[in-house]
Amino acid sequence: MMRFLLLFNRQGRLRLQKWFIPLSNREKNKIVSEMTLTVLARPPKACSFLQWRDLKIVYRRYASLFFCCGLEDQDNELLTLELLQRYVELLDQYFGNVCELDIIFNFDKAYFILDEFIMGGEIQETSRLCLARHMEEADAFQETVDEYEKNPTY
Amino acid sequence: MSPSVCLQEMIRVIRGARTQGEERGVIQRECAAIRAQFRQADNGGRSHNLAKLLYVHMLGYPAHFGQMECVRLIASSKYSEKRIGYLGAMMLLDEKQDASLLITNSIKNDLSHSSQHVQSLALCTLACMGSAEMCRDLAPEIERLLKASNSYIKKKAALCAVHIVRKIPELGEMFTPSAHSLLSEKNHGVLHGAVILITELCERNPDNLKQFRKSVPELVQIMKNLVTSGYSPEHNVAGISDPFLQVRILRLLRILGRNNDAASDAMNDLLAQVATNTDSSKTAGSAVLYETVLTIMDIRSESGLRVLAVNILGRFLLNNDRNIRYISMTSLQKIVQTDHTAVQRHRGTIVDCLKDQDASVKRYAPSQRWHIDTILHVLVTAGGDVRDETVPNLIQLITAASELHCYTVHKLYRALISDIVQQSLVQVACWCIGEYGDLLLKGECEEITPMQVTEDDVLDALETVLQSHMSTPTSRGFALTAIMKLSTRITNNVDRIRSVVSIYGSCIDVELQQRAVEYNALFKKYDHMRAAVLERMPVIDRNSSGQTNGDPSVEPMKEFNQPKPVQGVLIQEPANQVCDLLDLLGDSNPPLLVTNDHTSTAPNSTNSTSSNVQDNLLDLLGGLEPTPAPSVTVFEKGGLSLKLQCDQQTETSTTVTFTASNSTQSDITGFNLQAAVPKSVQLQMKAPSGDLIPAQGCGTVTQTVLLSYTNKANLKMRVRLSYSSQGTACQDMVQIDSFPSPAWS
Repeated sequence: MMRFLLLFNRQGRLRLQKWFIPLSNREKNKIVSEMTLTVLARPPKACSFLQWRDLKIVYRRYASLFFCCGLEDQDNELLTLELLQRYVELLDQYFGNVCELDIIFNFDKAYFILDEFIMGGEIQETSRLCLARHMEEADAFQETVDEYEKNPTY
Repeated sequence: MSPSVCLQEMIRVIRGARTQGEERGVIQRECAAIRAQFRQADNGGRSHNLAKLLYVHMLGYPAHFGQMECVRLIASSKYSEKRIGYLGAMMLLDEKQDASLLITNSIKNDLSHSSQHVQSLALCTLACMGSAEMCRDLAPEIERLLKASNSYIKKKAALCAVHIVRKIPELGEMFTPSAHSLLSEKNHGVLHGAVILITELCERNPDNLKQFRKSVPELVQIMKNLVTSGYSPEHNVAGISDPFLQVRILRLLRILGRNNDAASDAMNDLLAQVATNTDSSKTAGSAVLYETVLTIMDIRSESGLRVLAVNILGRFLLNNDRNIRYISMTSLQKIVQTDHTAVQRHRGTIVDCLKDQDASVKRYAPSQRWHIDTILHVLVTAGGDVRDETVPNLIQLITAASELHCYTVHKLYRALISDIVQQSLVQVACWCIGEYGDLLLKGECEEITPMQVTEDDVLDALETVLQSHMSTPTSRGFALTAIMKLSTRITNNVDRIRSVVSIYGSCIDVELQQRAVEYNALFKKYDHMRAAVLERMPVIDRNSSGQTNGDPSVEPMKEFNQPKPVQGVLIQEPANQVCDLLDLLGDSNPPLLVTNDHTSTAPNSTNSTSSNVQDNLLDLLGGLEPTPAPSVTVFEKGGLSLKLQCDQQTETSTTVTFTASNSTQSDITGFNLQAAVPKSVQLQMKAPSGDLIPAQGCGTVTQTVLLSYTNKANLKMRVRLSYSSQGTACQDMVQIDSFPSPAWS
């Protein structure tokens, strides 16, 4: 399973963090700072995989953001690269030409998309279309309820 | 600032802060406002406030006062509030917080909500941060949802069940029946969740293994459908139909087939089909192939299939993608322990990969000590089967690892006195004892338990080798020479050595006789030269001895220590010896002579790769001293000078090193060299050591260029220098028509 997923930019600013194991705040911060330091120090053409403590770290850079996740021993690193690619595609589809600013200002949406894609450290939906549809439905549901609340018709 | 400013506005303000202090001030004000808002009863902006707090939390500021608000929002009836409340719960609450228990009831209610979106929120949160107690409480609910008719809910419930099984393995039996039936689902999301659930159940409980082995045919069928199915836009990734599901199924098959012949048989065909038909041009295909290989190697597969798997890894080694090469290296390393014969044919490519500068890939280039230990281990266990070249290779490796001399000679001595059957080990040990006998006699060595070794002990050991009928003539030659060398390294028993040497002057073995007679002469007529002749050898440059077959300047005595002329160039012939992979790591120290063969098999030999590959490997093995060659100044202007030096020249290739130095008062930055050569010449530029030349000659920038050509007469080069000096950008050109020859050739 994936233990954590972090998104940070080249200055080390964290843009998204998802933890699938229980850790104290102190431990989380420690991992975040170590990850940012390690990944940002890597040369640009370096391998996307590295070993850190007992975890396999897979990271990839998309424009100004680094997507970094920690995997357990049995997980397939190459598949995780595909996973990261899929997540970025989902974000791109949702926001339309996604960039870092979209994720900054709409971090809650980025989390919702992630929560539709990955659950408990494992992928829950492998179909792009299904996922996009679910997000639309959820947003529509939210709007309808809000609308209804604002203008009750009775 | 108005207390009810929206999330976006707050983010804008925070980002606008120019200093850390300003940012902190803004955030403190905002948090105070949010706290006040939380204390107010029921207001419309609750979800916005929590969202703001979550943003602040992500920047690293404390947000614990939002925990209760999360609990309140989750209990709200509005979907928008629930959504942000659950998000907050996942971010701020974890099983270590007491407040997390408070949401158990809300989750329970929401699991039976009429809207699937609300159910989904609850399921997601439970799977993300559910503690053991929460899981125990809610497990029956999850089990019920697994049987729901809605696949959206079913897939989420399956992953929730996975989380529960991880937290409380005993609850696994609750989910086993449902897991089984989920395999007949058509929906990929549900199937994927089901496979993960079954994997988790099997890993936790071996009884489940027996039960789920019966599902192997079903799983095989699902895989076959995926592999042979046509294009499906929904699930297709780079030509592979749902690689995520394929990989998970392969992983489950691995667990089911392990140590079980029946199950392994049932999946043989499928694995062969996947291994041959999957297109690995993109990462998705490679991921599936990788998982297939791991599965093949772990189950009881037939040997043909195993060979196929190793060949796939071998192909991966040649892949342009660094990640795939890394994967293949890690897998091969695991496999070589058990299946080394299959791995050997890929030795050559493995060596080339070791030249990769990337630290992750180079991780498999071992440390010197590990290297020496491993080869010694090989020699001790199967020294009779290693290649002849192992001996000089190992010797060369040992000479290069100067800080390990003491450790090595101690280890070898101990190996020697316990057993002298393995000839290669005996030879290496004798050579080392001869060279480093003084270190052995000192008795102390940091990395090894101390053992007192007397001069007599050492001489006894060497004489045993000399006299034993198990020793080959070569080994005896080594031993005799070692004994002779010790005459300058010990103090008390020189007479004993003298007598041994004179005895062998009439030995029936001509080789030994010749050596003994010469050594005798060294004692008698040339005693004044003995110390000089027998002194410690310099680090062996394999390349030069290969080329010139014994440099004429080296004493004839020393030449005896290398029984065979060493071939300096990488030899790619197939090997059939034990653990050749490890021996070959000795070969991986490439001579500075780069032949065309070698560069063409390197997987990534473009101009942009590995800066000074040779330098790095040389660092790894202690460094070879380059023979000094004359350097010629080819360019000089305004304090910047460029020198050229030719090394390693052969009829068809030259290695040229440019050295740039700066005698001005200020640093030169952005220094860059470009070179052009005539069509008949091939040029390969290695990366420069840097682009900043410190002022006043405090440092230099060097860059190596490899040239290969058919006709030396045609060799010309035009070099363009671009750099910034004292604020101005400059560009200069220089033509080089003649290249200096190195000192020796």
